[in-house]
Amino acid sequence: MAARAMWKGTIRFEDVEVPVKLYSAAQDQSVHFRLLHEKDMEPVKQQMVHPETGKVVDAADVRRAYQTEDGDLVMLDDEELAELEPDASRDIEITRFLDTEAITHQWYDRPYYLGPDGDEETYFALVEALRKKGREGVARWVMRKKEYVGALRANGDYLILMTLRRKGEVVPASALKAPGGRALDKREVNMATQLVAALEDELDLAAFRDEYRDRVLELVHAKAEGKVVKFPEAPKRDTEASLEKMLAESLKAAKKRRASG
Amino acid sequence: VAEYEEDDVGPRSFWSGTITFGLVSIPVELYPASRSQRVSLRMVAPDGTPLTRRYFCPKEEKELEWDEIVRGYEIEKDSYVVVTDAELEKLAPEKTRDIDLRVFVDAEQLNPMHFDRAYYLTPGGNSTKAYRLLAATMEQTEKAGIATFVMRGKEYLIAILAENGILRAETMRFADEVRSPEDVGLPAPEKGKPALVKQVEKAITALSESSLDEDELADRGAEQLLALVKRKEKKGEDVVPAPAGEPAVASEGVIDLMEVLKRSLQGASAGSNRREAKRVEGAGGRKDGKKAAAKKPAPSSVKSAQRRGGSKWTKSYLRKQSKDELYETAKELDIEGRSSMTKDELIAAIQNAAG
Repeated sequence: MAARAMWKGTIRFEDVEVPVKLYSAAQDQSVHFRLLHEKDMEPVKQQMVHPETGKVVDAADVRRAYQTEDGDLVMLDDEELAELEPDASRDIEITRFLDTEAITHQWYDRPYYLGPDGDEETYFALVEALRKKGREGVARWVMRKKEYVGALRANGDYLILMTLRRKGEVVPASALKAPGGRALDKREVNMATQLVAALEDELDLAAFRDEYRDRVLELVHAKAEGKVVKFPEAPKRDTEASLEKMLAESLKAAKKRRASG
Repeated sequence: VAEYEEDDVGPRSFWSGTITFGLVSIPVELYPASRSQRVSLRMVAPDGTPLTRRYFCPKEEKELEWDEIVRGYEIEKDSYVVVTDAELEKLAPEKTRDIDLRVFVDAEQLNPMHFDRAYYLTPGGNSTKAYRLLAATMEQTEKAGIATFVMRGKEYLIAILAENGILRAETMRFADEVRSPEDVGLPAPEKGKPALVKQVEKAITALSESSLDEDELADRGAEQLLALVKRKEKKGEDVVPAPAGEPAVASEGVIDLMEVLKRSLQGASAGSNRREAKRVEGAGGRKDGKKAAAKKPAPSSVKSAQRRGGSKWTKSYLRKQSKDELYETAKELDIEGRSSMTKDELIAAIQNAAG
């Protein structure tokens, strides 16, 4: 079943215009719980309460305030907040194109698919051009009264917009110093390299299940049917023995697995 | 004096555990690699008093105490199965709290759509040798290790990458958490018309730069909001002074995070006790940090609560975290309305959402 587009806009840079539809690419599958009143199993309602009077404050009367570092509150009225809202626009403005390596994925926040909206020809020409050039665009757009920055990338045969974290939010590895110590033993490096090679495989993300989620769902379904629930045991781990010996044994085990698999 | 140092302690490790690489165990601590700088507003009454979030039973129309509330999973419409903290805790066995590196792949094969959040791994034990060995090997071979592990009541799929001799864990969306182009219903791809592709390539070249200018990622909306706040503060307009005794908001920025990471990467074990001790002191907030009660819990109890992982959602554990840390956790759990919550509300919401 085709998903519904959450927004429509137009990619713009130089003389290029590509009308697109935007779709969320991430879908959270984690298990969600509701808070219930134990007595009557009624889902609870959240309300804002004045701490001194204990009275509920209606949503219409709730004001917003910014708390300074000293703890003072600066109240902002609706008009002031409305003025801060970015101007509504349908443009996805591309300000720069960079090498696809230039923005490390530490900056990545949420992925969105872009699909063509009436001009497939230019859409797929853009996908191809980005791929050929090995570039991605830095994009800025306003969606639902909020301004976003993102990376416009070719992903497979389609365009994606990856929203990015904001200036100053990421600590790059280049700003840090690696832990020091005596030079590594050549034999150990050699064995570790072999062990990585022995454990190397094609990437198959589907092989990794969220087993914890599975167990939580299993638990709730078992409880719903009134079954007794068994819990898994925790296995032990051996932490003694030398690094070299452990590497050698791991290597042997990995090779054996490979030969028999 | 030590009591006042808590401000420079900054974020503490999210998780400590073990990477297993074959039979080799590498103790590590996990720190966020980024920190939200988002500006959040509080909800206040027209008289400027910060509001508190309370839970009500819509049927009885009465306010509920926390111990009258349970957590339920909606098994079918309006029908719930109650799940307790103890049950959830039992579902996360010790083994899955190890990061078991059983598969290595070409780092390039990873689809960026799966990346969620980045964390730095720092050496957790007395020796850095095994850590350095793994980092050097992975960096040289350009491989990423793939594993799953349980942190704070949730199972994560992660890619471990090495850069600059430092290990990083990127949490990844599971296969079923990223839609395919078919799921979305995108049309079958077409080959681009050569002339049009050329034209687009030319436009791309015209706008190309060699590196990212972080200023382009500036949050203009937040900057404008802060400017407005400054103006009003200066004029003394609509300013409600902090009530005496109210703990101030801790400001833990990226700078602090960087300091903590630097310290943790160099001689983690020497610093960890100190950090732990200060962390406990920090529990009472800046202004009432002097209270003896706040210092009471032994550092080891903090550590073990953290280790147990599954039980981390206990109120006492959450209380030991700074508001910023709670906010970060709330963000991870996608808790709605988190930006306007008080510390108590964040704790309650986290306990609720911890599935």
